[in-house]
Amino acid sequence: MAERKIRVLIAKPGLDGHDRGAKVVARALRDAGMEVIYTGLRQTPEMIAEAALQEDVDAVGLSILSGAHMALVPRVMELLRANGQDHVCVFVGGIIPDTDVPALLAHGVKAVYGPGTSTEKIVEDIRHYVLGQMIPQG
Amino acid sequence: MKLAEQVIAGDRLALARMLSLVENDTPQGRSELDELFPHTGRAHLVGITGAPGTGKSSLVNQLAYAFRHPIDGSSPLRVAVIAVDPSSPFSGGALLGDRVRMRDLVGDPGVFIRSMASRGALGGLARNTAAVAQVFDAAGFEIILIETVGAGQGEVDIARLAHTTIVVEAPGLGDDIQAIKAGILEIADILVINKADRPGVEQTERALRAMLELAKPERIVMHHGRLAVLSYQEEENEAARVWKPFIMKTIALRGEGVQELAQAVREHGEHLRRNGEWQRRELERLDAELQGLVQAELVARWRERVPEETYQSILQQVIKRTISPYQAVVKLLEK
Ligand SMILES: Nc1nc2c(ncn2[C@@H]2O[C@H](COP(=O)(O)OP(=O)(O)O)[C@@H](O)[C@H]2O)c(=O)[nH]1
Ligand SMILES: [Mg+2]
Repeated sequence: MAERKIRVLIAKPGLDGHDRGAKVVARALRDAGMEVIYTGLRQTPEMIAEAALQEDVDAVGLSILSGAHMALVPRVMELLRANGQDHVCVFVGGIIPDTDVPALLAHGVKAVYGPGTSTEKIVEDIRHYVLGQMIPQG
Repeated sequence: MKLAEQVIAGDRLALARMLSLVENDTPQGRSELDELFPHTGRAHLVGITGAPGTGKSSLVNQLAYAFRHPIDGSSPLRVAVIAVDPSSPFSGGALLGDRVRMRDLVGDPGVFIRSMASRGALGGLARNTAAVAQVFDAAGFEIILIETVGAGQGEVDIARLAHTTIVVEAPGLGDDIQAIKAGILEIADILVINKADRPGVEQTERALRAMLELAKPERIVMHHGRLAVLSYQEEENEAARVWKPFIMKTIALRGEGVQELAQAVREHGEHLRRNGEWQRRELERLDAELQGLVQAELVARWRERVPEETYQSILQQVIKRTISPYQAVVKLLEK
């Protein structure tokens, strides 16, 4: 039997055209042994939810620099739920004002990471959240 | 309802889960696959291989779109995409980026894209790619496009799995002829020169054509990786049976040449069906699969019966040269 890998979707919703941070996180997760599906720039919440479903991911990382997080994130959460993917851990990275963090967490986001966050912390958190609730297969 | 039934009923979440169970080769995955197997055998498996950067993902995007929007008025086919990328040998992780190029398929319920890491398997495919394709087949996808990274040698694996193999080249990827790896032409049913908007297309085409002629002189035909020299009479009979690979040019970025490519894929499928080649390949593939499974199972059962100490003590005797490896085999199988 093959081992179970943690699968993570890294997506870049919204219109800002800057994905350096998203790529740094994607590589760090790969180097931590995860399978990372990278979908590129300018993803709509619908595109993200569809990819999360088809790829049967354990976690979704959203990188948002545009300031549109309060519109985009709740929509992604809603679509994941509508697709029956309530178990997927969602985390958000980028430029998010502290005052918005509680609202995002209230929408079901597991963690919000600012620009200074170490990738080690993100890796550790994903392992913690995903393995904590991973449905045993078989 | 069992997962397999939900998959057959068209439930996309069930399909996604099923693909994971099968990819991870779990006991549940195996038993669900047993349920699905009678529903397989209908899909047309199409391999797309070639060096990194030649435009395979862009081409898969366009090709899937062409099957979804046929210009000849035929009904659209349901398309699954399996995009295989290598796992990192150091971390075991993988960065799967093929979806970036497949944006034109978003929102179409007749398309399902799945990324797969090779997980240490050599040869461009993951160990369970064939099983994943079976799941899509059972779920009613009529075309299954399998993108694999061509590393020069491993393309044979995709040729064995797929009904139709497309080898993608692009101009300006190093020195023409050297860039075209030996062996790759032998597995190609269709050769595509993508990026036909780039300088150097004519050179690439000339080089490919020369190699095609070299690889396939009149009286030697390639039957899916096997060379066969034909007599004159046989040649006549074979003429209808043998598919002559040809070169097509595409510009995946603009979708140019892609409807023609989709048409060629359909024609190849019809060609295989018409002359019994489809069934012959099916038989060969299932035969190989069955033999592989029987071998693995026999070894596993035998290992269960022979205690590790027994094995080690016999191995020690071989190391000390008191018995030969053949004598050891006899002893081990007596157990
Ligand atoms: N000029 C040109 N570029 C292309 C064409 N098709 C793909 N590309 C580009 O080639 C690069 C690699 O494409 P991709 O589909 O990811 O290649 P793959 O690695 O073989 O899957 C991307 O930057 C594409 O935009 C084409 O027909 N013409
Ligand atoms: Mg690719």
